[in-house]
Amino acid sequence: MSRHDYDAILVGGGHNGLVCAAYLAKAGKKVLVLERRHVLGGAAVSEEVTPGFTYSVCSYVVSLLRPWIIRDLQLPRFGLDLVPLESSFLPLPDGRSMCRWSDAELSREEVSAFSRRDAEALDEFSRAMSLIGRFVRPIIDSAAPDPTSWNPSELLSLLRLGRHFADAQVDQMELRLKLLTMSAVDFLDEWFEAEELKAPMSVSGIIGTFLGVRSPGTAYVLLHHYMGEIDGAFRSWGFQKGGTGGVSNAIANAARHFGAEIRTEAPVERILLRGGRAVGVVLENGDELRAKQVVSGCDPRRTFLGFVGAEHLPDDFRAGLERYRFRGSSGKVNLALDRLPEFSCRPGAAHLRGDIAIAPSIDYLERAYDEAKYGRFSRRPYINVVIPSLVDPSVAPPGKHVMSCFVQYAPYEIEGGPASWPEHREAFGDTVIDTLAEYVPNLRDIILHRQVLTPWDLEQEFGLAEGNIFHGELTLDQLAFQRPTAGWARYRTPIRDLWLAGSGAHPGGGLMGAPGALCAKAMLGEAVSGGPPMPAPGGAR
Amino acid sequence: MPRPTPLHPRTHELCTSLLFKEWAGCHAVRRFDTYHDREYYALRHQATVMDATPLYKYEVRGPQAAELLARVTVRDFTRQAIGRVSYVCWCDEHGKVLDDGTVTRLAQDHLRLTSADPALRWLEINARGLDVEVEDTSRSIAALAVQGPRSRDVLRPLVGEEIDELAFFRAMPARFALGGREVEGLVTRTGYTGDLGYELWVGNDEALAIYDALLEQGRPHGLLPMGLDALDVSRVEAGFVLAGVDYTSARGALIERQKSTPFELGFDWMVQLERAPFIGQEALRAEKAAGPRRRLVGLEIDWEDFEAIHEEFGLAPHLAAETCREGVPLYEHGRQVGYATSRAWSPTLKAYLALGHVEASLAAPGTRLEIEVTCEYERRRAGATVRKTPFFDPERKRAR
Repeated sequence: MSRHDYDAILVGGGHNGLVCAAYLAKAGKKVLVLERRHVLGGAAVSEEVTPGFTYSVCSYVVSLLRPWIIRDLQLPRFGLDLVPLESSFLPLPDGRSMCRWSDAELSREEVSAFSRRDAEALDEFSRAMSLIGRFVRPIIDSAAPDPTSWNPSELLSLLRLGRHFADAQVDQMELRLKLLTMSAVDFLDEWFEAEELKAPMSVSGIIGTFLGVRSPGTAYVLLHHYMGEIDGAFRSWGFQKGGTGGVSNAIANAARHFGAEIRTEAPVERILLRGGRAVGVVLENGDELRAKQVVSGCDPRRTFLGFVGAEHLPDDFRAGLERYRFRGSSGKVNLALDRLPEFSCRPGAAHLRGDIAIAPSIDYLERAYDEAKYGRFSRRPYINVVIPSLVDPSVAPPGKHVMSCFVQYAPYEIEGGPASWPEHREAFGDTVIDTLAEYVPNLRDIILHRQVLTPWDLEQEFGLAEGNIFHGELTLDQLAFQRPTAGWARYRTPIRDLWLAGSGAHPGGGLMGAPGALCAKAMLGEAVSGGPPMPAPGGAR
Repeated sequence: MPRPTPLHPRTHELCTSLLFKEWAGCHAVRRFDTYHDREYYALRHQATVMDATPLYKYEVRGPQAAELLARVTVRDFTRQAIGRVSYVCWCDEHGKVLDDGTVTRLAQDHLRLTSADPALRWLEINARGLDVEVEDTSRSIAALAVQGPRSRDVLRPLVGEEIDELAFFRAMPARFALGGREVEGLVTRTGYTGDLGYELWVGNDEALAIYDALLEQGRPHGLLPMGLDALDVSRVEAGFVLAGVDYTSARGALIERQKSTPFELGFDWMVQLERAPFIGQEALRAEKAAGPRRRLVGLEIDWEDFEAIHEEFGLAPHLAAETCREGVPLYEHGRQVGYATSRAWSPTLKAYLALGHVEASLAAPGTRLEIEVTCEYERRRAGATVRKTPFFDPERKRAR
């Protein structure tokens, strides 16, 4: 018997790795988390990149974080502090604008300036989507079913899922099938007529994928983004006080409270194998640490082709991994501002407290995708802007602001190859500023600092393969029992005692925590689910 | 009909929801907007200013001013230092709580009492034989509650650096700088939100100018005007009882069981028994010796149960954003052991909280109870755990 230093070693201190560590530690396991960078959180980090200004460097809003994880780990006690986004603002180049508010009556008012019919459909649409959200929720809150298994409990859970799916009124059933197969735009076309409404809504379907809003299958991703819930309210998004890193820190504090040990600046070089099983890790400094089990919070490519090595993998698994698509398609620009930006189409700040979408039309978005298909970043990209300092003054000096811009498309496979991204970086940043300046004429004058992150930077600095923010595209063929590859969607891997707990495992990416928590439950031999149970066959009364 | 406070011209202008309610005979804003969320989050992350003018205020002056308040309330104010503020309750002769409020020692011979209900008559009746004068300043002094983590930064330019020295539950005279002129008033580090916060006390004439100055100075700090709905959620998080909601004043109670003692309300810490006679002393002595029958407790309702009850009907769990003040029964193993009074979802703690009264033997933190939950007009029970209050107690509340 070899000596064990730990029950489990977690490779990667991203939010999922930390969640997994916290659950294991809570169950009494001796756990060590190893993070390569000096800060915890992976892509969910806050960093004071320029003095006085704290950027949510990558992930910038919180919504999918599972409520049962928040409760299980008592995260509010350890620093989780979320402020909801109040609105979605769409400035238009012709001087018009539309703001959708948490106040339904106000939203109807705004939308009816574009289409009275759409204004009326808004409520019905929200209701339909929240019903769908309820349908999907048990799926993301439990391990993916294994359709190839004859194990009676597997069959039962498949049966439940089937009944869960089929046990609905015909219109709901139809809606579900459409969501699984249609493009985001086609799906929205069934509800709405105004471009100005459909365009900003459709972008939820493409975030983090290398697809266009008219590509089939994107309707589902739309739903994935509609499922965000805060305080039980579907479709709500929030800012973490002090930036998104605060979520990771809260999870880390919980993990430490339960007894986990966490080391930063402790890069892992490889996962140590003996006789086909994982027995520990070797750090870049040569230290060897032993554990009964090893868990990776990193993406599947880095985990298996990096830390394990292709030669140790079964052929079919390796082939599956090679087919698994990352195709990073987005970048990030973070700005420190001397004062509030002034949108020429609508003065004031009330409408800037939520998110701001540069998505004036569906053709605009599709054109942005066209350029990316041929290896260029969009000359006029889709940009999702937030100014968290408006609701959380702790991230900027009084009167000053931080502005976070999520930018799509920025294809990993840029002309000249991914490694040429550093040469394009400033031009990419300029494009984003130029695009925004068309709506915010004073923008260039108020920028105090800018940070530009390309997909290449996301890969090099944050370890996201090909810069994909979700550890692999969230498309139907890469979800549920096929994430990351068919047959290995239950957090186990072909390497014994090596587990996968990151966003590359079911149910996928986003600041959700579910892969980490469900992986821990699988390791502990507990029921692999959280939240209220899926309704028994027969459904609701 | 309620009367306007001195701030009404502005609050009325800002209150786009037009949602007002009556508070101690005054118009008070419930929320300025359709929803109160923005005000709530401003309170917990930025700063807010609320019109607290409707509070009843009494100036007690004279050589025996402190003796009067020591005689009337459960604390010995003869020993209160100048510049201190104390939270206190007062009882009838049977030791049943009449009201609660604060006492500020402005000078050796000047104390100010605030209360939820009128108290002039009670003070005057009990002042017999004492060298004191009581003045009702309820309608001449305005109160502005400036609360939230940024409240100190908002106040600094208005009252000066001294604000940094003002400790928790202390008072200081202040000169409010209003564009070239100065206005005299008082600042106390008090509030009803459980957060860092201050209350400003000024004459009615100058209240609006100070309110406007706060709105202006507060802008870079994200200060918002706040109404009673957001206050009602924050005070549950802070575990503060509200007279008329979480307990009935002995004066308003129709039957004995509606009354409460200080020990039942968790005010044990403020009751100072061994001193010169005060109203209710004998009864409270007996109560302390025997122990209270009931206890006010904090409760956290099991969200899993609450969710499951809704799931049974095919519904997602849903709660109103406002504090619910409708009492519901509490059970232990199916037997009713008390009732919950205020219930609120805490957006900060992500927990469904309640204040309630239970049999004293069931008041220990961790005790498992059940609470009645109604869904689709059907009654169910969800688990609830007794928790220590305050539920929410940030360090900044007391910190320098």
